[in-house]
Amino acid sequence: MAALEEEFTLSAVPLGAGPDGLLGVEQCDKTDQFLITDSGRTVILYKVSDQKPLGSWSVKQGQVITCPAVCNFQTGEYIVVHDSKVLRLWTNEDVNLDKVFKATLSAEVYRILSIPGTEPLVLFKEGAVRGLEALLAEPQQKIETVISDEEVIRWTKFFMVFRHPALIFITEKHGNYFAYVQKFNSSVVSKYTLLLGQEEKSVIQSFTASLCRKFISLMSLSSDGCIYETLIPIHPSDPEKNQHQRVVRSVLLKTVVSGNARNALSVLDQDHVAVLGPPLPASKECLSIWNTKFQTLQISKELPQGTSGQLWYYGEHLFMLHGKILTVIPYKCEMSSLAGALGKLKHGQDPGTQTMPHFVNWQTSQGLGSQNSEPSKRILRRRKIEASVQPEVPASQQLLSNIKKDSEKHIEIELRKFLAIKRTPDFHTVIGDIVIGLLGRCKTEPSFYPRSSLMQLIQMHVLSYSLCPGLMEVALEKTDVQMLQLCLQQFPDIPEAVTCACLKMFLSIGDDSLQETDVNMESVSDYSDAVQEEKMEEQTGILQNGFNPEEDNCDNCDKELSEKPQNTIEETTSCPVIPKRAALLNAVLHSAYSETFLLPHLKDIPAQHITLFLQYLYFLYLKCSENATMTLPGIHPPTLNQIMDWICLLLDANFTVVVMIPEAKSLLLSLYKFVKSQICICSELNKIEVSFRELQKLNQEKNNRELYSIEVLELF
Amino acid sequence: MGRRTSVLSSWNSAGMGEFKVHRVRFFNYVPSGIRCVAYNNQSNRLAVSRTDGTVEIYNLSANYFQEKFFPGHESRATEALCWAKGQRLFSAGLNGEIIEYDLQALNIKYSMDAFGGPIWSMAASPSGSQLLVGCEDGSLKLFQINPDKIQFERNFDRQKSRILSLSWHPSGTHIAAGSIDCISVFDVKSGSAIHKMLVDRQYMGVSKRKCIIWGVAFLSDGTVISVDSAGKVQFWDSATGTLVKTHLVANADVQSIAVSDQEDSFVVGTAEGTVFHFQLVSVTSSSSEKQWVRTKPFQHHTHDVRTVAHSPTALISGGTDTHLVIRPLMEKVEVKNYDAALRKITFPHRRLISCSKKRQLLLFQFSHHLDLWRLGSTVATGKHGDTLPLSKDADHLLHLKTKGPENIICSCVSPCGSWIAYSTASRFFLCRLNYEHDNISLHRVSKMPAFLRSAVQILFSEDSTKLFVASNQGSLHIIRLLEGSFKHLHTFQAQSGTVESMCLLAVSPDGNWLAASGTSAGVHVYNVKHLKLHCTVPAYNFPVTALAIAPKTNNLVIAHSDQQIFEYSIPDKQYTEWSRTIQKQGFHYLWLQRDTPITHISFHPKRPMHILLHDAYMFCIIDKSLPLPNDKTLLYNPLPPTNESDVIRRRTAHAFKISKRYKPLLFMDLLDERTLVAVERPLDDIIAQLPPPIKKKKFGT
Repeated sequence: MAALEEEFTLSAVPLGAGPDGLLGVEQCDKTDQFLITDSGRTVILYKVSDQKPLGSWSVKQGQVITCPAVCNFQTGEYIVVHDSKVLRLWTNEDVNLDKVFKATLSAEVYRILSIPGTEPLVLFKEGAVRGLEALLAEPQQKIETVISDEEVIRWTKFFMVFRHPALIFITEKHGNYFAYVQKFNSSVVSKYTLLLGQEEKSVIQSFTASLCRKFISLMSLSSDGCIYETLIPIHPSDPEKNQHQRVVRSVLLKTVVSGNARNALSVLDQDHVAVLGPPLPASKECLSIWNTKFQTLQISKELPQGTSGQLWYYGEHLFMLHGKILTVIPYKCEMSSLAGALGKLKHGQDPGTQTMPHFVNWQTSQGLGSQNSEPSKRILRRRKIEASVQPEVPASQQLLSNIKKDSEKHIEIELRKFLAIKRTPDFHTVIGDIVIGLLGRCKTEPSFYPRSSLMQLIQMHVLSYSLCPGLMEVALEKTDVQMLQLCLQQFPDIPEAVTCACLKMFLSIGDDSLQETDVNMESVSDYSDAVQEEKMEEQTGILQNGFNPEEDNCDNCDKELSEKPQNTIEETTSCPVIPKRAALLNAVLHSAYSETFLLPHLKDIPAQHITLFLQYLYFLYLKCSENATMTLPGIHPPTLNQIMDWICLLLDANFTVVVMIPEAKSLLLSLYKFVKSQICICSELNKIEVSFRELQKLNQEKNNRELYSIEVLELF
Repeated sequence: MGRRTSVLSSWNSAGMGEFKVHRVRFFNYVPSGIRCVAYNNQSNRLAVSRTDGTVEIYNLSANYFQEKFFPGHESRATEALCWAKGQRLFSAGLNGEIIEYDLQALNIKYSMDAFGGPIWSMAASPSGSQLLVGCEDGSLKLFQINPDKIQFERNFDRQKSRILSLSWHPSGTHIAAGSIDCISVFDVKSGSAIHKMLVDRQYMGVSKRKCIIWGVAFLSDGTVISVDSAGKVQFWDSATGTLVKTHLVANADVQSIAVSDQEDSFVVGTAEGTVFHFQLVSVTSSSSEKQWVRTKPFQHHTHDVRTVAHSPTALISGGTDTHLVIRPLMEKVEVKNYDAALRKITFPHRRLISCSKKRQLLLFQFSHHLDLWRLGSTVATGKHGDTLPLSKDADHLLHLKTKGPENIICSCVSPCGSWIAYSTASRFFLCRLNYEHDNISLHRVSKMPAFLRSAVQILFSEDSTKLFVASNQGSLHIIRLLEGSFKHLHTFQAQSGTVESMCLLAVSPDGNWLAASGTSAGVHVYNVKHLKLHCTVPAYNFPVTALAIAPKTNNLVIAHSDQQIFEYSIPDKQYTEWSRTIQKQGFHYLWLQRDTPITHISFHPKRPMHILLHDAYMFCIIDKSLPLPNDKTLLYNPLPPTNESDVIRRRTAHAFKISKRYKPLLFMDLLDERTLVAVERPLDDIIAQLPPPIKKKKFGT
């Protein structure tokens, strides 16, 4: 799971960051060291783990650094450009930037690009590229113009592709974007036009790119708040006709930020991107990590003092200006595992009962990733031939648009039709979109509640809470316990707060309104009427595990307890809740949770409900103890561990409250008695163990006495 | 002997017969606890040091045979042991000295004071050319290993407290040193600490007084693994000095760590006697990302596991409970043969007991004293399995304490019972015993010659007139014993060019032949009459574990650590026909799978076809006249004869008559034709003498 760690600031003193933020943050040849260039005159070398500057260099008053300082990984020198044309090279030992090596170039530099393992490159504003060594050998050499007039370089990145350096830069001209890819083993420049698709009006705010096999995966964050991906081939299929290639972009993530300015995007790894920007128009800026494979928000961190809309990512650190202060947030993405993603696993699932996976099938999702490049390549080729043909509107789009206006009945029919079609690899995301579409309409139209459609979608077994975040809230609002039960049974990733809200509702809802609902009863067997007197005798025995408190003379409080044990048992033998409520509560018991997150929410449940729930749990526990395997009857009953965990959780969360309630007293007493008998058994076992050891010692001593004997032996 | 039925007596006359066995359990031997083990990959040997300063060398290729040992010394508590420069062995201890051992001559080459107080840790550089020791005063001292000696090179930055553990980075550029409450990372070039990593004292929420770093391991990727007294195994990033991961493995100290050469697995030992195996495994089946995972716990020890080693195929551990445990890693063992079985070595692979047949005496050798016992007697008779009433109990005749701090290397009582000889690393002692009724008087023979300073093995001739002494320079001395004095007869010098000590001696009952064997070269046979080398039995791949010369035939029987037995005719200078036959046919597979070596061979005075031999778990009489067993026959048949006819029994009878009645068996010999003596040392008796282990609650929390 991706995780953001505790942030730290690199300098207490605000940097001389201008209104546009910093010029750049660049890696150094030593790990953990970074060159920070502010938009004024200063370059600072930081050691990030120490949060300390190691060196600082400034250009003279009147000069302005125009291009962020970089490190030449081959020589360990630092390079910076000031006043667009003057190149400076220096090392750690140099103090004054004025006295270091200087080269004045004939054209304006856009950026110097340097990555480990190769010589730095200089990208000029006119699009020409030179190796640093060649340039330094002849600084005044003529620099050709590559891009057209009024075309401006917006962004650039330098890669190593199979040990060959490759450069990509994006230019803009009148709202049109062009990508240039230059490889240095062939010195060929390929130009691509970025087709923006339907969202023609949007402005691209931020670019990021990563290598994805034979493609550069260029991601862009548009002003509509969506992230788009464009695959640009590194090796153009036809280098001769490379002038007018067009590439389309596809939506990767929808509406991750609100479309303000100053949003930034950075790709972290194959599946994760970091997005900087406000998630809603009114909200504060956030740093969010999104998983592109599962389309889920992994983690988000609010940055209340605002940012400069710049984001750099190196190694395990995300750099940004928070307010005026350069902030580093360590980012870690451990390999996701299903167990990690699900938290506490669901228990008690018979392998045969449910064949559908609860969670996204990773194999198909990976398949989706690899297939993704295929269609776009095909589109690419088709575009070459006839670029004007609009792609076919997929069925899901059609359905989504229907959802916005049709009646519930009609939607249901449409949905059934849609679900009958063969599943595509991205089926789960499509279903998620449909649910979100439905919920969106629910919110705007209070009377609209397509219950059967939603139920049908949930039963597809592909949804998870994170795919349709609003669904359970809506169900809670509508007190739709059946839907909630279904969600609890189906979703592996329900937040503890929601689980607890469900629990609250299940406990508080009136019996008569429950009777009307159609709740799945398979987890409840009819133990309410199967109470038999002779079984009860066994029960007390099992409850105390063969230990009889009356005979135990070491404790005195038992007198009080044993006064009315009959009452206690009487109370707990009949199920304290009606079967429908029991079924709902069982769904809660089955749901996955993490104790730390659940505990605070449990405290909010009213005391009488806590007591009721405890009584129910205690009843289940007694039922469990009735048979040797310690299981409950029924198809999908709660397990003993689940019951015990919940009892502990409830008591932990509400102990002071429960102690004060008179009705809970007998319950607590019986629980207390049970625990005490367990302790007694353990201590008795320990005593037995010690006795055995003593016996063994005695036995040894007896053996020792036979230190010498004469025996008769016959060999056969 | 008792009356038997006619069937049985007829069988017995042809078979092994019935013995009275003196079953002796009063040999109060307790092995010393194991302090360090060091594995040498090059030679596949394991050096083991014990708390009394003894150092033993096990040859893992030769069926885990303990082929060499260096006697202990009271003041020489070994705290660290390591191999360097290929096959040179060094130890360091609390007396502040670094010792190099001479593996050929089996003595200490030299010892050198490091001048840093007691030494707690030592590690050889990956190249093997440097030796680093960590001292009580917090200093780290680097020594250059020269061909003949070691030479002090320089000190590293001194730390605040004792350096308890050391590990070199495989590149040799950095060192991790574990101290109290902190781990320091040193740059070897500058000798200065570049990182100091503080270890949490907290132990399950309770702050202990100190956290002792018992062990560190430096991996090539810069990870430092530490084990400490709070029960933690921690992973540190040495580049940043930060803690990466913690595994809480025990409620008590984790005392030792060893990493495999491939750095894909390591092993830690805890004070609870548990050994944990950690492996670097892929997080998911497809990814290349790997993670250290605690994979297997082993509980082969009852007490502290003070030390562990990791050979390419096995985990080796040793500790206070005195067992050396070799646990093969099943995934690394290619052939699932008997090598894949767990080995637990408790007893030394040499004899600590000698016996005087004439006077029925047993001499027990301890590290600092000798005990002489006289066996009891009985007049009763009985049948198989009976315990006979004693008419006279065993007597403790003598308790002979050595002077000085050195351990006894070897000892022997003469067959007549009038002489006792023993040796420490620097002195040889010869004593004369006089028996007057019930009184025994002991006279030490003074003025031992200068050449008799230290012996590796001592042997008396059958008639007790000659004493044979194998010195640690490879020479063999023959001394004639007279009443109360002695005369040096001859010295066989070591073969030119070798200084290998002779660890095993055997003399023929007629006193004409002396056989001597070292650890690697063949067995030399000397003619005692003519005082010259008679012949050399060709060297065999596996070391000799026991030697004996048969009466009358003068056949030399040799047992090797791979459980092979050879019979070599000394007069004919060739292997006997029986030996050739058994080599051709091969031994029974169960015989070859025994895991303790044969430590003693003897013969029946009246039955020349019988060879008696024993290891720690069985005793066997080989009757050469019977057919050899093949793999289909039952090797070990403990069942007594029923009413089966003699014919069937004869048909199924084979040459190996085995008894597993006495175990662990440290010594067995024939006192006379019908009497055996068996010295057992039950493991429970040893455990009873050890300090109590950490108590673990079995029930409740």
